Amino acid sequence: MKPADCRLRTLICIVTAMSLTAGMAVADNPAGAPEDWPMPLMDDSPFGLILLDRLEYGDSDDGNSRLWDAQGWYGGDYNKLWVKTEGEGATGESLEAAETQLLYNRTFSPFWGWQTGVRYDVRPGEKDVAHAVFGLQGLAPQWFETDVALFLSDEGDVSLRGEFEYDLLLTQRLKLQPRLEFNAYAQDIPERNLGSGLGNTEAGLRLRYEIRRELAPYIGVRWERLYGETRDMARAAGGDPSRTSLVVGIRAWF
Amino acid sequence: MNRNPDPGRRQLLKALAASGLITGLGPLLPAYARAGVQVAGRASVPGGTPRDVTIDIAIRRESIDIAGGYASATTINHTIPGPLVELWEGQRARLRVSNHLDEDSSIHWHGILLPFEMDGVPGVTFPGIPPGESFVADFPVRQYGTYWYHSHSGLQEQTGVYGPLVIHPREPEPFEFDRDYVVVLSDWTFEDPYRVMAKLKKMGDYYNFNQRTVGEFFEDIEKAGLQTTLRDRVAWGNMRMSPTDIADITGHTYTYLMNGTHPAGNWTGLFNPGERVRLRVINASAMTFFNVRIPGLPMTVLLADGQYVEPVETDEFQIGVAERYDVIVEPQRDQAYTVMAESMDRSGYARGTLAPRAGMAAVVPPLREPPQRTMIDMGMDMANMDMGDMTMTSGGMQGGREGQDMAGMKHEGHDMQGMQMGGPGSMMESAGPVVARHGPDWHGPGNISVAEVQRNRLGEPGTGLESVGHRVLTYAQLRNVVPMQDTREPTHKVELHLTGNMDRYMWSFDGEEFHEVDGPIDFPYGERVRLIMVNDTMMEHPIHLHGMFMELENGQGDRLPFKDTISLKPSERVSLLITAVEPGRWAFHCHLLYHMEMGMFRVVRIRDGETDI
Repeated sequence: MKPADCRLRTLICIVTAMSLTAGMAVADNPAGAPEDWPMPLMDDSPFGLILLDRLEYGDSDDGNSRLWDAQGWYGGDYNKLWVKTEGEGATGESLEAAETQLLYNRTFSPFWGWQTGVRYDVRPGEKDVAHAVFGLQGLAPQWFETDVALFLSDEGDVSLRGEFEYDLLLTQRLKLQPRLEFNAYAQDIPERNLGSGLGNTEAGLRLRYEIRRELAPYIGVRWERLYGETRDMARAAGGDPSRTSLVVGIRAWF
Repeated sequence: MNRNPDPGRRQLLKALAASGLITGLGPLLPAYARAGVQVAGRASVPGGTPRDVTIDIAIRRESIDIAGGYASATTINHTIPGPLVELWEGQRARLRVSNHLDEDSSIHWHGILLPFEMDGVPGVTFPGIPPGESFVADFPVRQYGTYWYHSHSGLQEQTGVYGPLVIHPREPEPFEFDRDYVVVLSDWTFEDPYRVMAKLKKMGDYYNFNQRTVGEFFEDIEKAGLQTTLRDRVAWGNMRMSPTDIADITGHTYTYLMNGTHPAGNWTGLFNPGERVRLRVINASAMTFFNVRIPGLPMTVLLADGQYVEPVETDEFQIGVAERYDVIVEPQRDQAYTVMAESMDRSGYARGTLAPRAGMAAVVPPLREPPQRTMIDMGMDMANMDMGDMTMTSGGMQGGREGQDMAGMKHEGHDMQGMQMGGPGSMMESAGPVVARHGPDWHGPGNISVAEVQRNRLGEPGTGLESVGHRVLTYAQLRNVVPMQDTREPTHKVELHLTGNMDRYMWSFDGEEFHEVDGPIDFPYGERVRLIMVNDTMMEHPIHLHGMFMELENGQGDRLPFKDTISLKPSERVSLLITAVEPGRWAFHCHLLYHMEMGMFRVVRIRDGETDI
């Protein structure tokens, strides 16, 4: 089976599973009223969110960069369709990498949902890569926004990613957000210069001001670092295994 | 701390009001702000000869002056609140509701005993009123007291569809008064309520601009010590809830109104010194609990939810959404008195004045410090927290005597000093006794926490009023003037838990939203029913049962007070008695409008075998 077919089938499976679960949630006439009357309230209406968590410009010794990191969801309390996208590149050049995830989210506890679906990576000059995604997203104790996912690529490579964010309220509108992301790999992926083990971390500290809850410009610092074999491969290719950038950006949602 | 995040115009109006300039500037102000005397006229209860009443109620979408602005609102007979509906006990009411909107509408008569088909809840008692059509609620009036009416369709109530309803008793009132005013409290937003709901769904604390900051963390360390402060932050962090979450929707978007009037407009009720003034305080808000007081005037509470209680003199009371208290005040001096209705989270206030002449004003007291939730509210088991040797009453007093026994208990929370978790005001000394413990069911993803220990909190004055330095009304003080009619032991018991998830803005009973349940809750016809409710959430919820009174087991022996709406404090367990003799399908829900719309709603069904229900 060609990878494209496989991806299509996965998608179809997800959509089917979602519609089945959505259908199951409808109970019979909770009001005990005649069938042709309207429901007294619309407590199963879907909602949706689009969150542009980071849209930023970075300045470092190695040159300037731009980055986006956004996600959105649509659905009910228990079943949601979830989309995530992020990408980055040097300014003035074409993108280095962009990825999109299409996920089904099932809320299984007050603060947590498991997520499954597909991820599709585009890197100019390289072959596109598709992944199956198994993830867990939610709010951990002590207010850590958490998103952890296991990826299985169509080449059979396994990788793990974790993202953690925390908001420190300096005032009601001025918030300092530490952020940590890591990527780890179960095996070497030579064509992408990735070695097994912890591959890279990206730590950030961003200070944002919420003009409205929905709109907050920010400034901050981003520290990127490579580890282990990934670092050695980068060195061998003449790259710098770490980079520090000053960033300025916008966080927005609606 | 951002306690007054009002738009500039409101700040200006407040400043003008405070400086007394508003009276002088009268002609320059919009109509609402000049309407003091006129509005007083509308809020006055005329009374008169008992008669059958036929009234036309017309619901329209139109632009009006409101809350210091000009907005598209939903009016009743062109006003907000709608007209005073006056009825007479023993006579007949014919209330004709015409829907001039381009969507379905309805009017529910809150607290009124009537055939259920007249109750006005779309999808429960009738199909609703389609655009351009009308519905007549035609029923014999079987009760007296202070009530209200409002739309039960979607979020229409938030946009203005509410008004006062007064029923004059057949028998003379057991007290005298010279003036009679309704005081309708409400909350207004210029936002589309569906936008408000969507924002809460995406960010539960969207409107809370009183959250704890890094600065407060260090202040608390200074006040309470590092260990206590850390333990407090860890406890809250584990629950992922905020102690400053007092109200979902705050003064950040709300303007609080008294008889439809902005605080700067200063609704005024006139009196002559020495007169007895009756104020029928009606909380017609969508989401706001108020603390009501009249500095300098003690209030005597005479009715609760429209029914007589033994007179209780007090200085302040907290009123949940949809509740009513009738009070009498006797201003002796030739001066103005401020009627202050502070929102429970203290992010704003509604305000009016009692005065001998129009145009007078008294000092408006500043908003007090916002309260914080405590470990008592969390319902945490202190015994497991190494917090001293607090004795627990063992769980499940589910016998026939629950409730009656509660008030006799002594408070047990006394020896927990040092347990003041973070916030400066401790509720510990006044916390009611533990009466039960929670079972193993945590009610699923729609519920964050449970009241591990459940308290009788009927003797507590309400969040933020624990140590105000004057008398505050409690539920435990309410005592019926007539003995209990149905003294049978309850033969049917229903226990419901109030559940919610502030993070996802989900609200439910027993963790199940309305659309997830299979059918109504049946009360067997003719039986005495005990309804037990446990608040597993961290917020107050005013729970309303349509079509009948509930008798609150507050320890007043055979004089339990009648209530149609009961506000549960966090981690509280209450018990109510109901005689199931009103056949029909009756809505039963949290009266916080957005909680109801999210699914904190049930239907109670009483089948008498004759009516088709």
